[in-house]
Amino acid sequence: MKFLDEYREADSVQRLADSIARTVKRPWTLMEVCGGQTHSIVRYGVDRLLPPQIELVHGPGCPVCVTPLETIDRAHAIASQTGVLFCSFGDMLRVPGSHGDLLQLKSAGCDVRIVYSPLDALQLAEAHPERRVVFFAVGFETTAPANAMAVHVARKRCIANFSMLVSHVRVPPAIEAIFQSPDNRVQGLLGPGHVCTVMGTSEYEPLARKCGVPIVIGGFEPLDLLEGIWMTVRQLEEGRAQVENQYRRAVRPEGNPASLRLLQEVFETVDRKWRGIGTIPASGFRLREQYHAFDAERIYGVGDLRTEESTVCISGEILRGLKKPPQCPAFGKECTPETPLGATMVSTEGACAAYHAAGRHLPGTPEKRSAS
Amino acid sequence: MCLGIPGRVIEVGRERDLLMGKVDFGGVARKVCLEHVPDAVPGDYVIVHVGFALSKLDEQEARRVFALLEEMGRLEGGAGQ
Repeated sequence: MKFLDEYREADSVQRLADSIARTVKRPWTLMEVCGGQTHSIVRYGVDRLLPPQIELVHGPGCPVCVTPLETIDRAHAIASQTGVLFCSFGDMLRVPGSHGDLLQLKSAGCDVRIVYSPLDALQLAEAHPERRVVFFAVGFETTAPANAMAVHVARKRCIANFSMLVSHVRVPPAIEAIFQSPDNRVQGLLGPGHVCTVMGTSEYEPLARKCGVPIVIGGFEPLDLLEGIWMTVRQLEEGRAQVENQYRRAVRPEGNPASLRLLQEVFETVDRKWRGIGTIPASGFRLREQYHAFDAERIYGVGDLRTEESTVCISGEILRGLKKPPQCPAFGKECTPETPLGATMVSTEGACAAYHAAGRHLPGTPEKRSAS
Repeated sequence: MCLGIPGRVIEVGRERDLLMGKVDFGGVARKVCLEHVPDAVPGDYVIVHVGFALSKLDEQEARRVFALLEEMGRLEGGAGQ
């Protein structure tokens, strides 16, 4: 398919890997932000094409992973109510809360449905005026404009039986928290391509400047990832810390003006708790006051629900790039995609789940090829 | 979750108050909301996420990396001679 196949072509991929090997002089630790990038890196073995001086650590950019346990529990509390039709993207259904996942709730007889788009949830609300339809609005800035559009249209069309349980997160505050942590290891960053199609690149300029870390906004295909790594390594070797855009075919510096206008109208920023990391100031979106009639957290009174995380798992350290999945004693043993203990195993885009799917929990799978 | 799939716009139209379209993903067509790329016309390539087009793909920029690779190949060939 156009815009996919040519970015996976083996000769081109190898040629870029060779350029990285020629450019790198010193050891560097780079982080890719996005779960989609992590998934692609592990799936195509991009990390194993890199010279031994470059270590890739995996960032917090998996919204399913970082959605806090109490938000999952709030979803449960709402979905269990009589008359509620609860809609969610498919990947949230298997995330375990304190009392099991949404899929189990569905098999117990609750009306939980998978939707492809937030507009599908809106359509269900219009088709079933006797039901109360709640949409689980999670995701980063990439997903926020779509979810904002659903609630914006609901308000315009006066669809009173539609509401959203909102747990949106923003990338830049999480990156800043990682960079400024005293134990930070990340020296260069592959920025989130699809987030930046919406937000543009300007939010990342002060981060690169303030923290002295080069940021290259990157795409998701093997060729994108390798070119992004090459651009980052070049900056590091030349002593620069700037924002560069590898994913120019999709990302404009100013972002998407239509999406940004809608986000501004529907959402305001709020402190948000990240599963495995904790509360990060101004790292989330919530509905503005004029949309409170569509705010499921208010309608169903679940805002005060509090829960505690399991202490066994090291996903917090993995999400901050301090450790990698095989360093966890539970990885591939008591913690598997079927029985996830924490954030990074719950979604296919989580670092632990991506490693597990690629068979990296099995003995004899090297972290990287030798330098030969 | 920020998965975005490139596809080609094959139809543009209004559905009640929303700008919608049909996008072809290598032979499979899906209905997509085009509100955020209001200037998209049939033939344009867009990145689609949860049923919404996020941005139009710039063909000229897309060719850039291949020009770079060609240049690399040329330099390598030159160095080897």
